[in-house]
Amino acid sequence: MRFDFSLRAKRINRSTGGDVVIFAILAIGAAFMAMPMVYTISNAFKPLNELFIFPPQFFVRHPTLDNFNDLFVLMAKSWVPISRYFFNSLLIVALGTAGNVAFGSMCAYALAKHNFPGKEALNQLIMLSLMFSGVVLMIPHYLLISYLGWMNTYWAIVVPAWAMTLGVYLMRNFITAMIHDTLLEAARIDGASEFDCYWRIVMPIVKPAWLTLIILAFQQLWGTQGELYLYAEQLKPLPYALNQIVGGGVGRAGAAAAVTVILMIVPITVFLINQSQIVQTMGTSGITGE
Amino acid sequence: MSTVAPTTTGTGVPQRNLRERMSDLWARMKASKASYAFVAPFTILFFTFTVIPILVAIGLSFTYFNMVQAPKWVGWENYLRLFLADDVFLIAVKNTLLFAVITGPVSYLLCFVFAWLINELKPKIRAFLTLLFYAPSISANAYLVWTVLFSGDTYGYLNGLLLYWGVIDRPIQWLVDPRWMMPIVIVVSLWMSLGVSFLTFIAGLQGIDNSFYEAAAVDGIKNRWQELWFITLPMMRPYLMFGAIIAITQSFAATQSIQALTGATPTDWATWTIVQHMQDYATARYEMGYACAMAVVLFVVMVGAQRLVQRLLRKIG
Repeated sequence: MRFDFSLRAKRINRSTGGDVVIFAILAIGAAFMAMPMVYTISNAFKPLNELFIFPPQFFVRHPTLDNFNDLFVLMAKSWVPISRYFFNSLLIVALGTAGNVAFGSMCAYALAKHNFPGKEALNQLIMLSLMFSGVVLMIPHYLLISYLGWMNTYWAIVVPAWAMTLGVYLMRNFITAMIHDTLLEAARIDGASEFDCYWRIVMPIVKPAWLTLIILAFQQLWGTQGELYLYAEQLKPLPYALNQIVGGGVGRAGAAAAVTVILMIVPITVFLINQSQIVQTMGTSGITGE
Repeated sequence: MSTVAPTTTGTGVPQRNLRERMSDLWARMKASKASYAFVAPFTILFFTFTVIPILVAIGLSFTYFNMVQAPKWVGWENYLRLFLADDVFLIAVKNTLLFAVITGPVSYLLCFVFAWLINELKPKIRAFLTLLFYAPSISANAYLVWTVLFSGDTYGYLNGLLLYWGVIDRPIQWLVDPRWMMPIVIVVSLWMSLGVSFLTFIAGLQGIDNSFYEAAAVDGIKNRWQELWFITLPMMRPYLMFGAIIAITQSFAATQSIQALTGATPTDWATWTIVQHMQDYATARYEMGYACAMAVVLFVVMVGAQRLVQRLLRKIG
C-alpha cells in the first residue's frame, strides 16, 4: 500500500526505498542550487551598512526598500525616459525571439521529416556551427552589419538573432523524437498541404520544444546591451541603462543589487509562464511517436 | 533539363552518366520545392550571419591582421607559432582539456539525473524544483556569490568555517593558490551548468507517454533501473545528443565565470583557457589572424569530442 499524500506522481515500478533516496538527493541539490537566488534577493533588501559589513552576512537582518527607491530616483533623472529603454528591450526581444522560433521551426520541420538534396549537408553545417567560437566572429559581423547599413538600427541585433542555430537543432531533435511519419502520411492522404502538416500537426505536438526555445532565445536577447551596434541613446536596451546606473561606483552598490534582482525577475517570469504551459501540454497530449 | 532522367543501364560513356546524374539530381531538387521553401528563410540567414563569417575567420587565420592595415598572408605561420613558440597557449590547451574532460561529462550526467528525478514528481513541485535548479544559469552574475564564499582572508565563509572547526590554522588563498584554483572553478561551473540541456531533458522526458511504461511493465520490466535503460534512454536519444553538444560547447568555451573568480591574469596561468587566450589576442593585442587560428584549433578539438560522444551514445539502450 502506498500513501496518497506522496510528492511523487503515480507511476508503476517504483520502490519506496528508492523514493526516499531520491528525495534526499533532490533536497540537498535544491538547497545548494538555491543559494545564489537567496543571496541576490537578500542583498537587494540590505541597507548600505549591511552590504559592506565584515564578515559578510548571507541573510538580510533589517530589510529595507531603500535600494529600489534609490534606483527609481536615479532612473527618473536620466534624460531618455526609462520607459523608452524598456520599450527598446521589449521590441528587440520580441522580434528576435519570434523570428528565431518561426524560421527555425520551419527549417527544423523540413530537416526532420523531408528528404531533399543537401539536407544532410545543412544538418551537419548547423551542428558544426555550434562549435565555432563566437569571439573571433565579432569582426566579420561588424563589417557585415555596417555593409548592410544596419548600424544604429534595431535590425543589427534582431536579424542575426533569427539565425541562432541552437533553436533549429533543438527543434529538429524534438520533431524527430515526437512525431511519427505515419501521422504525417495520414494527414497528406487526407489532403493536408505541407504547410498544414507543419502548422496544424507538428507545431501543436512539439509545443514543449518551442516553449523551451522561447525561454532560451528570450534569455539570450534579454541580456543584450548592444554596445557595438546601437550608439544612439534612444535605441539602447534596458540592461545597458541599468548597468550605466550601477557603474556609478561603490555608493551605488545598493542600487546595483536592486538592478540584479530586476534583471533577473523578467527572464524568471517568462520561464515560469512557459514552464506551466509545458506541463499542461504534456499532461493532455496523447499523440506521440512510435 | 526539365525532363525526368531515363533509367541508366550502366553502359553509357562517363560523360553521359554525369549528365544523367545531374539531371536526376535536378529532378529531385525540383520535386523538393516545398522542402526548400521551408528551409530557405533560415538557411539564407544562417549562411549570411554564421557560415560566411566563420569562413572569413578561417581565412584570416592564415594572415597577419591587426584590424588597421589590410590582412597580410602568412601561410601556416600562426599555427606554427601556436604550437612551437607560445608556451602560454600550451598551458591554456592543457587547462582547457582538463576542465572540459571533467565538467563536460559530469555536468551532462547531473543534467540528466536531476531531470530524471524531477520528472517523477507531481507537476507543481516539479515546476518549482525545475526553477531552483535552472536559476543559477539564468541569474546573470550570480556566481559572484562564490567569490565571497571562497574569499582568501579570514572573513571568507569557507575560511571562517574551517578556522572555527580547527581544520586549518591559517586562511587558504583559495582563488590565488594554483593548487585550489582549478578545482574551485570546476565546482562553480558545474553548479551553473544545469541550463539548456537540463530544460531539454525535462521537456523530453515529459514527452514520453505513460503508456510505454505500462506496456513495459506488462512485458516484465521490474524496476526503475530497467525502465531507465530499456525505455527512457532509447527514447531520449535525440535529446541526449543535443545535450552532449551543449555540454561540449559549454565546457570548452567557459570563460566569464572563470575570469570573474580567478581574475583576468590568474596566478601561474593556472586557470587560463584557450578562449581567454583568444580574447586576449583579439581584443587587447589586436592580432586578429592569430586569434582566428586559435578559434580554428579549438573548433577542431570540439568536433573531435563531438564525434567521440556520438559514437558512445549509439551504444545506449
